[in-house]
Amino acid sequence: MTRLALLVYLLCAVPALALDPGEMFEDPAMEARAREIGRELRCLVCRNQSIFDSNATLAHDLRVVVRERMIAGDSDEEVLDYVHDRFGDYVLLNPPVDTHTYVLWAAPFAFLGLGVLGAALYMRGRPRTLPSADEEALQ
Amino acid sequence: MIVELGHFALWLALAATLVQATVPLWGALRDHPGAMQVADTAATVQFLATASAFAALTYAFVVSDFSVLLVALNSHSMKPMLYKVTGVWANHEGSMLLWVLMLALFGALIALFGRAVPAAMRATILSVQAMIGVGFYLFILMTSNPFTRIADRVPLDGQGMNPLLQDPGVAFHPPLLYLGYVGFSTAFSFAVAALILGRVDPAWARWIRPWVLVAWSGLTAGIALGSWWAYYELGWGGFWFWDPVENASFMPWLVGTALLHSAIVVEKRASLMKWTILLAILTFSLSLIGTFLVRSGILTSVHAFATDPERGIFILLLLCIAIGGALTLFAWRASAVRDGGIFAVWSRETGLLANNVLLATATGVVFVGTLYPLALELVTGDKISVGAPYFNRSFLPIFGIAMFVAGIGPFLSWKRARKADVLGRAARVLAVALLVTAALALLLGLADPVGLFGIAIAAWLALATLEDLGRRIGLPTAAPGTALRRLTGLPRAAWGLYIGHLGLAVAAAGVIAISVWSIEEIRLVEPGAELKVGPYDFALLDVENTTGPNYQTSIAAVRVTRDGDLVTMLFPERRWYPVERQPTTEAGIRTLWHGDLYAVLGDPDGTGRFVVRYYYNPGVPWMWLGAAMIAASALISLTDRRLRIGAPSARRRASAALQPGE
Repeated sequence: MTRLALLVYLLCAVPALALDPGEMFEDPAMEARAREIGRELRCLVCRNQSIFDSNATLAHDLRVVVRERMIAGDSDEEVLDYVHDRFGDYVLLNPPVDTHTYVLWAAPFAFLGLGVLGAALYMRGRPRTLPSADEEALQ
Repeated sequence: MIVELGHFALWLALAATLVQATVPLWGALRDHPGAMQVADTAATVQFLATASAFAALTYAFVVSDFSVLLVALNSHSMKPMLYKVTGVWANHEGSMLLWVLMLALFGALIALFGRAVPAAMRATILSVQAMIGVGFYLFILMTSNPFTRIADRVPLDGQGMNPLLQDPGVAFHPPLLYLGYVGFSTAFSFAVAALILGRVDPAWARWIRPWVLVAWSGLTAGIALGSWWAYYELGWGGFWFWDPVENASFMPWLVGTALLHSAIVVEKRASLMKWTILLAILTFSLSLIGTFLVRSGILTSVHAFATDPERGIFILLLLCIAIGGALTLFAWRASAVRDGGIFAVWSRETGLLANNVLLATATGVVFVGTLYPLALELVTGDKISVGAPYFNRSFLPIFGIAMFVAGIGPFLSWKRARKADVLGRAARVLAVALLVTAALALLLGLADPVGLFGIAIAAWLALATLEDLGRRIGLPTAAPGTALRRLTGLPRAAWGLYIGHLGLAVAAAGVIAISVWSIEEIRLVEPGAELKVGPYDFALLDVENTTGPNYQTSIAAVRVTRDGDLVTMLFPERRWYPVERQPTTEAGIRTLWHGDLYAVLGDPDGTGRFVVRYYYNPGVPWMWLGAAMIAASALISLTDRRLRIGAPSARRRASAALQPGE
């Protein structure tokens, strides 16, 4: 029942609809930008939901903050920095690259490097002559 | 009384499992046939006992026996019968019982169909299977007993079940998921048995793959079903959230996919033996970790785990013994297993090795991304979030490369492929794939570069798969009749390959389409109002209030037209479940061949207007079709003559052939 736990926190989103038409921009381009930013920010009281997906009050308030900063003329980066400064790393769904996350961001490269190295070593060490009749036995 | 019998049956199952875990292994090591034979009997007894326990619990749910704590907490007399039954596993205790039922079932199946495997090997496999079982029976009986009675003040009715779970999609999600999780226990037992005995015989190599195919197919279907449910039930068109709980099921799937492919090399070429044994251990280990992550509550919060750690500690201990033990055994004994089979750098073997490296890397990325916030908080106390943006940036490129390799893999022949041939074919297919992508972009006016890149990869995989199929049946030179005859004569395993890879391409195209090109409109509207969603016009006609079996509901009628022609009517609902005091949304969905029309009814504003959410979600039906093709491909491979259960040739070869490990 793995989805049960998911449900508990998805409940934030279920009963009503996350985005309230009243808060939306008239300009579709601005609205699209607001949603892109919203997808990068975590609803702090939910589990693993962006403020764009959540209907918690806090998510709504954060969306309003994002829109206000956009109206004030901030770029996407500046809006994210503004929220990041006030709520810390936890609010960013895309973790910043710093001493805390070097391992996290290096992991994909490290895994791929290790995998390729391991495969290369295996290829070098693989048998190159027919070992015995068991080769035929398996055909 | 029946409930007490169920409880007793579970203890009986534990007793049978204890016998099965010890006596046959002793017999295998001491070459004592009588002791080895105990394995089959014990496995059968264990299964029958566990099935009885499960039946007893199901009975308690069906007759709504509220003196059983679990039934009182999770069921209700007014619930439809289907959900009374599925309610058995829609909770912690019942789902763990389902877990051991599956485990016992696989044990019994090995006993029943595994006659081709030499007795000592089979006895050892069943012993290992039982060792896992002992841990889980103890876990259930000591920390999660589903048969606990309420001593006094039996409630008049139950507390109901989360209405979101009262849905056919999610009702059968857990059994399929567990079929996968637990199914991989067989591969684990095969691997550990090979390490204990220090040899791998041909029957072993032939037999590990069918079990992996069954498990993997179930896991694929389970994940897809869960995703489908989230898509239509949660009411905002999302289908995958990179949530830790989802990742917990995705990791065994990824590494299981690697296992599925490396098992082919083991079966056909007797190569990659050690690596396959390691993958088998890792796949089931990740299934166990998935169970632990979800069951211990550690994901909800590190603190929740610390305040009620009994279950979590128990599973953690189990995890350490099973995974640690198996890996130690691997480190100690793997050198006893010898790899055979020579192959060149340009060969199918290398292609499958590349598949394994990429899928293992992808698994590693998901693993680190899922557990990193947990580890960081434990070590430094700082909280960070690792969400969809991280996974999209790290996982998707690796998976993209894996899909590229999947296209080239079938071009490579076993042992030694002609490099120039392979590269020539790849270049031609790639050119066509790029042309198709460019044509689509121009025709449909698509501009998103990431989306188009994804489409190009999906097109490449689909075309490469079809090209290989065409070439294999002799096209374009062969006469149509000959080609058709060859097509029908293809082995089932080949069909598994083509349908599986084609399914992956189709699913990937669907995922990309909805992720990049879905269109959404959210508005507060009064009945009668029309809204434009891409080329479609959605009109809210009216909203009606009515009642269902155990809920009240508001149903909206939404008319969808395109250029003035009626396309369909949608009926999204907002339900209220009074027992559970919880609302749900039921999206109104119409599936067209290219995408879904999707409407959700939101809250009324009190002045006769309603919030509505309308979507055009392109590619969604492709996603489900692709997933179904992938799940089916494994089952088709399973019916291949070579793997057919009890095939006489397998039996003859098993006894006649030499054993490569010795």
